Amino acid sequence: MVTGHVYALTGAVLTGLGLFAFITLRHPLRQLLAINVVGAGIFLILGGLGRGPDATDPFPQALVITGIVVAVALTAFGAAMIVRLAEARAATKAATRPDGGKPGP
Amino acid sequence: MSPLDLLVAVPLGFMLATLLAGRAARWLILLAVPAMAGLAFWLVLVSPDAAYLIGHWDLPLGILLRPDGVARLMVAATALVIGAVGLHALVDPPEKAGNAAQAETFWPLIYLLWAGANAGFLTTDLFNLYVTLEMVSLAAVALAAMGSLEAALRYFMIALVGSLAYLLGVALLVARYNTVDVTLLSQVAQPDLATMLALGLMTAGLLIKAALFPMHGWLPPAHAAAPAPASALLSAIAVKLGFVILLRLWFEAFPAVTGQPALHVLGGAGALAVIYGSVQAMRQQRLKALVAYSTVAQVGYLFLAFPLVAGAPDPSGAWAGMMMHAVAHMLAKASMFLAAGLMLKAAAGHRIGDLGGLAQAMPMTVTSFGLAAVSLMGLPPSGGFTGKFLLLNAAIAQGAFLYAGVMILGGLLAAVYFFRALSACFGAGPAPREPAIRGVCTAAPLVLAGLAIVIGFAGSALDTLSAIAAPWAAPGVAAP
Repeated sequence: MVTGHVYALTGAVLTGLGLFAFITLRHPLRQLLAINVVGAGIFLILGGLGRGPDATDPFPQALVITGIVVAVALTAFGAAMIVRLAEARAATKAATRPDGGKPGP
Repeated sequence: MSPLDLLVAVPLGFMLATLLAGRAARWLILLAVPAMAGLAFWLVLVSPDAAYLIGHWDLPLGILLRPDGVARLMVAATALVIGAVGLHALVDPPEKAGNAAQAETFWPLIYLLWAGANAGFLTTDLFNLYVTLEMVSLAAVALAAMGSLEAALRYFMIALVGSLAYLLGVALLVARYNTVDVTLLSQVAQPDLATMLALGLMTAGLLIKAALFPMHGWLPPAHAAAPAPASALLSAIAVKLGFVILLRLWFEAFPAVTGQPALHVLGGAGALAVIYGSVQAMRQQRLKALVAYSTVAQVGYLFLAFPLVAGAPDPSGAWAGMMMHAVAHMLAKASMFLAAGLMLKAAAGHRIGDLGGLAQAMPMTVTSFGLAAVSLMGLPPSGGFTGKFLLLNAAIAQGAFLYAGVMILGGLLAAVYFFRALSACFGAGPAPREPAIRGVCTAAPLVLAGLAIVIGFAGSALDTLSAIAAPWAAPGVAAP
């Protein structure tokens, strides 16, 4: 049992938790957060298992950094879509209201 | 620098240029089409040992770009499809009424899709493939969002889960083998628990991206709601990347790990997809939903081919059939979505019953739809026929009569649902709204459908092309 395994096991737990949350939660914002937890878990597994016996191996680290960049970009994109969808829904709701769509209190 | 680099770098450059060009962005497609066509043409003819390590970093750190048969066919077909769809969209911008800004977002996205798809087809580095998978998903989701934000968000969520399953598999492979290059993995792969777990996770993730039944749920709403040029790109290209990565995994990296039962699970899911997609397509009332469910069925054939390729004593026939089917589907489905988009602009409504009278009003467009349907049904002479014929041949030679039967049944069901749409076009109907359609608009689907037919005559040339550096021809292709 080396230190790397502790990180990898933590990562596995995070991945499981995130997946559970993704399946059980319905709100898209919560689902997006759950996916981020899964992502964090996978990066821990990647870094933890790829850890050499004494020195850290730069190869998995490079992969983790690239993965984080991709995850950040996709999270921003997803959040933007969720906001846009909420705005579109609010606009439809306002347009169908009898008072002609004045902003609520 | 090598032209292999340029196949990825040039579309990325055009993506940046479209962002800077503002309202003139659409015209850049006139530069991009000849540039990319030239590069794709070069790739088809280049010598097989032209593999290239980006930045001259050696494996396992470097990223290998390699022009094998699969890459040549897919890159060339991608150039044809995006070129034709781009020229079509130049004349007839994909926008909702009163939302002109939407048409501008289309252009950077197609270049992003182009770069991601080309990189994905050329590379053999599994982590780099993850990045290209995300590039293509990002572009595909944004293209789908041009039609329906809800369908796109659903697609986005499910695609993210697929990517992460794939990434988890990559993480396990890094820990086990300390490399993620397909050519290196093929030399060291062992059939142990870690490898099988990794392969299972990656396969599950990629099947979501490739929309194989029963993981197809996101595809029909997203593809049917998007504007026609976007749907064409989604159905033709976005789902193919998952398929190509699965080819790399199952036939190149881990042929020693995948057993017959696992191959039949994929093949069985493919067979079910053919039946389910066809039956659903028959039940659809809206034209674009019919075309979208036909994609679910056609993806099934690609995976039905997996056990046939692996089980054949000489896989060249089944392999060529599978690749021919993939290329023919790309061309024919892109053509069909473009034609359907034009038909729906002229028709009274979005239902198949509203298509009456279109055969007289827009004969060329209905012809394109019909030609694309010929290839998708697998009627001779067409690329779809040659592909299905080669697969059928392999299935019968191996005694896999269940797969053979499913392929024949799938062809018959496709005939039923496409003829239903076509006969509606020839029927009497309310006078169609006269759309202002210019030449290129009708030409793009016609050219694509014509190509889907013509590749049926170029069978032996494509057969040779698909066999270049194929995994069964030279096990463990060495890096330069």
